[in-house]
Amino acid sequence: MSSRDDILASIRANLPRVDRPLPGVPLFDDNPPASLLSAFKGNLHRMGGVFLDLPPSGDVLKPVRAKIAGAQIVCSLVPEIAGNRDISGVGAPRDLADVDFAIVRASFAVAETGSVLLADADLNVNAVAYLAQHLIVLLDPADIVVNLHHAYRRPAFRNGHYAAFHTGPSATADIEGVLIHGAQGVRSLSVLPVARNPTGQP
Amino acid sequence: MSPHPEPSTGAMLHPELQAQDNTDAIFRNGRRLDHAEGTSKPLRSRPEPQPRGAKVHGNRPIDQAEAAARFIAAPEHEKMHDERLWDLRQKRDREMHGIPEWEELRSLASAIKEHTLTRLDEYLNQFEAKARANGMHVHWARDAAEHNSIVHGILGDHGAKSLIKSKSMLTEECGFRHYMASVGIEVIETDLGERIQQLDHEDPSHVVVPAVHKLRTDVAEVFAKTIGTDPANSDVHYLAEAQREATRPLILTADAGMTGANFAVAETGTFVVCTNEGNADLSANVPKLHIASIGIEKIIPRLEHLAVFVRLLSRSALGSPITQYTSHFRGPRAGGEMHVVLVDNGRSERLGMAEFWTSLKCIRCGACMNTCPVYRRSGGLSYGATYSGPIGLIIDPTFNARKYSNLPFASTLNGSCTNVCPVKINIHEQIYAWRRALVEQHEVPLTKKVAMKAAGELLSRPAAYRAAIAAADVALAHLPRFVIYNGLDAWGKHREVPHPPKQTFHSWHQANRGGKQ
Repeated sequence: MSSRDDILASIRANLPRVDRPLPGVPLFDDNPPASLLSAFKGNLHRMGGVFLDLPPSGDVLKPVRAKIAGAQIVCSLVPEIAGNRDISGVGAPRDLADVDFAIVRASFAVAETGSVLLADADLNVNAVAYLAQHLIVLLDPADIVVNLHHAYRRPAFRNGHYAAFHTGPSATADIEGVLIHGAQGVRSLSVLPVARNPTGQP
Repeated sequence: MSPHPEPSTGAMLHPELQAQDNTDAIFRNGRRLDHAEGTSKPLRSRPEPQPRGAKVHGNRPIDQAEAAARFIAAPEHEKMHDERLWDLRQKRDREMHGIPEWEELRSLASAIKEHTLTRLDEYLNQFEAKARANGMHVHWARDAAEHNSIVHGILGDHGAKSLIKSKSMLTEECGFRHYMASVGIEVIETDLGERIQQLDHEDPSHVVVPAVHKLRTDVAEVFAKTIGTDPANSDVHYLAEAQREATRPLILTADAGMTGANFAVAETGTFVVCTNEGNADLSANVPKLHIASIGIEKIIPRLEHLAVFVRLLSRSALGSPITQYTSHFRGPRAGGEMHVVLVDNGRSERLGMAEFWTSLKCIRCGACMNTCPVYRRSGGLSYGATYSGPIGLIIDPTFNARKYSNLPFASTLNGSCTNVCPVKINIHEQIYAWRRALVEQHEVPLTKKVAMKAAGELLSRPAAYRAAIAAADVALAHLPRFVIYNGLDAWGKHREVPHPPKQTFHSWHQANRGGKQ
């Protein structure tokens, strides 16, 4: 017998003879926060992320431009901002190891946890979101869901091959509980709330 | 003192550890951040040689108490360990109180897992079919040896000589690193804590925070010897940065990457990895080849169920609403190759153990370890097993009843583990059931067995019990110390026997309330 058949046979021989119906899961959305954006912002901060407030007038992308002003290598995957590393020309993921800032747009965000979802379609090369030193995420405020129950109804989990919730930057506290931002992945994660541009033009 | 007010996460167990300055901490808007595994208070201890774990002699029973005594004899380590894990427990409570539906989520999680386990064959079939349809290669391993040889075979097919991996308790269970070393493949752990443990030739001491038993000075010593840091510099930011910089070139040049999985969704053929450091996503997304080792009990039916577990996992483990990264792998990326190894290694057999099968619900959050007074004060390595703490006490004997026969006795049976378990495993009841099972299997030493038998007979006869208690109280008050504190009385080894009361509750009740309603 193959290992597969062996294991399945052993499972069948040992299955607990009890009836355990599968429960349905409620959406737990009876008391949503007054503002999904404010809730998202608060939870993002708690998890070490930076929320970039929109300037009161003028260029909405000014906070992003300010962040990348001194950077050598910027890899932008959004039409709103131009970078100097074209992701379509990247041969292997490791070629992105020198990127200072990556700029991407989130599929959506979760207010409950302060997370943004980055899927393979958003990243083009998945590794860019981890090899870059810093990550800037554009988020349409209309793309925030209240909690994870709503999040898992989104199509990103059924269509693509890869999707990851990012909640703040990479972090560790493996030594004496001292919190470090920039464990193995990005050292910072900033989110700018800016609506999708339907024309794709800046 | 710190210029910043500290969030009130509760009293400290060892206030003397409270640091006078807060230079290690990260503040945002005047608030000390304590997500990931970060402590909610500044802690400092003094350098002290690190106590090592249990002595392992082949198949002989592990003497957990002996190793625990050595850990307790290193007070700086013991206090830091106790304080940090209690801090995680308090942060877990803070998160629990922030979610009105917490208890409902626990009940759902338990019910979903129990349902899945009663139809595990069907859900595994469904997962396999979906994963294959999405382009994954699916392998099945009966045991640790088969797991290791399958992974070796995949690596061999690609001519891979180096492997970067993220933390996985399953690969610890399989002795994976030792095996790979024997066949000349370099394995590089990429999680900071796991890397510390690998470089120090020690096993992880905790399922979530692998180096929690070490002080910063211990880490400085390991890194000075292995990655060339300054032995006199134990600054935590310096040490973490040094590991990041030393590991990154290995990540960029590795031939293959490996992860474990926290959950596998049958409906979509997706597996899910929850981490904080970004190392799992680097391991999975930088090399062309990604291998994931998954225990067969990780299956859940649908995406809607995943929400329940992701909401519970990091809150229970670390007191964070979610891990920094929750990554969903449904198929290989363009130009990449993805392999999944579904591992049994004793799980299907455990499914048939009437009293113990629900231990398969475990999601490896470590909440039971953080709350356990025995674990917090003895260190994870004292258990001499892959799984330590309360969950270890009920899982380890299924791997080797003789070797781990002492472990179910390393518990006060206070039930705190059961109360915090996010999937409602009756851990303390299973610990008790293992004691009985091991006595029946003759895996328990004679002194323990004779004492338990005598106690059992006494406790089943109230009149005899009361007579014995009265006699014991008189005896305790008058017996010489050597009779009370001898080698046969394990209880008296590290503590004083309490002063006998002048009167038992029963005799007080008889005298004061006897006969009254």
